[in-house]
Amino acid sequence: MVSLTINGTVHQVDAEPDTPLLWVIREQVGLTGTKYGCGVAQCGACTVHVDGVATRSCSLPVSAVTPEQKIVTIEGLSPDTSHPLQKAWLELDVPQCGYCQTGQIMAAAALLQANPSPSDEDIVAEMTNICRCGTYNRIKAAIKLAASENRG
Amino acid sequence: MTAALDVSRRSFLVGSAAAAGGLALGFNVPLTGEALAQTTPEINAWVMVRPDETVVVRIGRVEMGQGTLTGLAQLVAEELECDWSKVTTEYPTPGQNVARSRVWGNFQTAGSRGVRDSHDYMRKGGAAARQMLIQAAANGWGVPAGECTVAKGVITHSSSGRTITYGKVAEAASKLEAPKDVQLKDPKDWTIAGKPLKRLDTAEKLNGSQIYSIDVKRPGMLNAAIKACPVFGGKLKSFDAAQVQGMPGVKKVVAVGDNAVAVVADTWWRAKTALDALPIEWDGGPNAALSSESIDQMLKEGLKAEQAFVGNQAGDVKAAIAGAAKKVEAEYGFPYQHHATMEPMNATALWTNERCEVWTATQNAEAALATAVTASGLPIEKCDVYRQNLGGGFGRRATSHDYVRQAVLIAKEMPGTPVKLIWSREEDMLHGHYHPITQAKMVGALDADGNLTGLHMRISGQSILAGVNPQGLQNGRDPATFQGLNPTGTEGVLGYTIPNLLVDHAMRNPPIPPGFWRGVNNNQNALYLECFMDELAHAASKDPLEFRRKLLVNHPKHLAVLNAVAEKGGWGTPAPQGVYRGLAQHMGYGSYVAACAEVSVGDNGVLKIHRIVAATDCGHAVNPQQIAAQIEGSFAYGLTALLYGEITLKDGKVEQENFDSYQMMRMDEMPEVESIVMPSGDFWGGVGEPTIFVAAPAVLNAIFAATGKRIRSGPLTKADLRRA
Repeated sequence: MVSLTINGTVHQVDAEPDTPLLWVIREQVGLTGTKYGCGVAQCGACTVHVDGVATRSCSLPVSAVTPEQKIVTIEGLSPDTSHPLQKAWLELDVPQCGYCQTGQIMAAAALLQANPSPSDEDIVAEMTNICRCGTYNRIKAAIKLAASENRG
Repeated sequence: MTAALDVSRRSFLVGSAAAAGGLALGFNVPLTGEALAQTTPEINAWVMVRPDETVVVRIGRVEMGQGTLTGLAQLVAEELECDWSKVTTEYPTPGQNVARSRVWGNFQTAGSRGVRDSHDYMRKGGAAARQMLIQAAANGWGVPAGECTVAKGVITHSSSGRTITYGKVAEAASKLEAPKDVQLKDPKDWTIAGKPLKRLDTAEKLNGSQIYSIDVKRPGMLNAAIKACPVFGGKLKSFDAAQVQGMPGVKKVVAVGDNAVAVVADTWWRAKTALDALPIEWDGGPNAALSSESIDQMLKEGLKAEQAFVGNQAGDVKAAIAGAAKKVEAEYGFPYQHHATMEPMNATALWTNERCEVWTATQNAEAALATAVTASGLPIEKCDVYRQNLGGGFGRRATSHDYVRQAVLIAKEMPGTPVKLIWSREEDMLHGHYHPITQAKMVGALDADGNLTGLHMRISGQSILAGVNPQGLQNGRDPATFQGLNPTGTEGVLGYTIPNLLVDHAMRNPPIPPGFWRGVNNNQNALYLECFMDELAHAASKDPLEFRRKLLVNHPKHLAVLNAVAEKGGWGTPAPQGVYRGLAQHMGYGSYVAACAEVSVGDNGVLKIHRIVAATDCGHAVNPQQIAAQIEGSFAYGLTALLYGEITLKDGKVEQENFDSYQMMRMDEMPEVESIVMPSGDFWGGVGEPTIFVAAPAVLNAIFAATGKRIRSGPLTKADLRRA
């Protein structure tokens, strides 16, 4: 059994130690907002926070996470879709198919946590997740909108 | 939108019964297969109104990011005169559609057809429902319907001032006969359609609650991972199940058809882990020696072949070229591309000897149903497909339902247990239905004044129809090969008037499964023609815009979008230091598109695409905001192909297995995109694809302006862009 703290709840899960965190989150814990895209940390659809750091969970064995580490998935980002990024995403109608967007939002949330007023250069340097629908410009605009709202 | 019907028939019946206090205008709850078969089609299959005033618009086409659910709901709501804030959408199943004589029309969502091929019947559905709701209110009041008006779902009897809402009269309205004729609004009077409304399906995509096909959960469900023979046309020779049967979670190892093997386990990760450990022997079959080099030779031969199918012809092109003051020649190519949807192929199937149900993401649920019927061995009335949200489609989920066939075959081995099959990214890359490979030999004839007097465009390469739907060929000819190059029609007409013209196709079909890939054959046709027009203009010492304008004189809509991007893009005015511009125009899927690209190329050969100005005339613009989003996205898709996209073959197998070797454009390479939506109003064109056509040629022409180098085939990762 593996013990994990996800979105503030401790989960005891039956998984082999080399199982990627992504699949434990999706299958054993049952939170499917975190997506499988590539399995090799290329696309970022599986991005979650581990102690506040954006992490590609498809390539992180569950054995590398301690029970004390705080894992946050998209379901735990805000209780009611009220994170400034979620509001900005809604305001600018960012998603198309939407499959990558939960990973994009998690990557952006970690960025804003570390850098509340990112420049365009900061944003493109940090936001390396793939969006096949091509929503990049709206993602960038939404991050800037959320940052400006944060500054109030 | 509300979730699609990701419920079993049983729970669907329960849910429908619970909602039965409201009305299903034209929607009868299916009780049994036999009862379904007796149900007659009703005009108002589109509209349901619940007692809480929620308006449910039921839609045959599928949402995959392109905004079609929102756009089609806008068109219905416009005619229905309901409160837009109360509108939601649902998918009927293909089983229901079949049982009701296809009352919801064609489910296929491809070719940018969502709105342009369904607007008429859906608007009529909305208008008919409005008339029935008003009639029901008028009947209740005992007044003529003509004395009643409606706005935002509230019906008013003008003289008495009485009002009642749609939700209150819905049940009575459902019992009325559908009107024979309905009058549709003039689009200039639209208040919901034509407006840049927000999408209906965004909120669920921001918090993880949106359920995609890959997220489906069924009671008692198991998971399957699969490997098919990596060589196209190869077979499964043997596998040693005993080696993995004791691994954690493993339930069963099954052969799937004659070319694949799957492991079924409690979780997908355990299934995949066991599959990776499973000893498998393949028989590569006749294509085991196939390579990109051998395919290239096949196509090169086609460029010179005597025999070719004709797509467009005028005058005497041979004589024009022979008598040219200047002859211009160039060879172009367009490599295989992969759809690479973010959500890999997957499907969940439940099979018993009485019923087969499939939960999946599909661009054509009726084709998915047909696949399930064949694979299940059950009659169609015992099968159904529940449509789930798509994590991307781009044509892949319209071309083939191989993943559905596999899921059903696996489920057949586990009667009564739902099984979810997920392809790994590697499996997805190796078993695509690829954008076909082609090359083109372009020969142009210029007279002494630099006028284009003749053009021969010889396309050599793969036909999609020959691979996907050979019945669609016309005496062996694939008409879709000539997308955007046709002499006449409403779909994709060549805009240039060239007195001596020959466009022909030497069909060469390598044994690689081809597929419809966003933009389809327009992609390479626009690249070949628009880059060569640029070459011709320079050979004639003419400005590329002026050169095109003269040839587009008979096609004002083509010309108008080109002029629009030239003006907004600043063509003919100084660009910023080091920045160069390129143009392209094309017509496809009923829409006229053009782009002006701005690029710079550093001394080190590093390309930066700064800005794209793109125009579309799609006739009617149902949601300009969503059209702008499609334009933006089409450049990411088209420029990804130009920058990186190339599927290569070695030993009969695709060499690119994941995003590390098949790269995608990311945010740092995405240009600014300024869209010009300029609907001219007398036709309905598509919007999901068309602007992709001009992405690559506009950028390639700008690269020539910047460097003096003609790049005639992607991907640019192979090109040296340093100035000569």
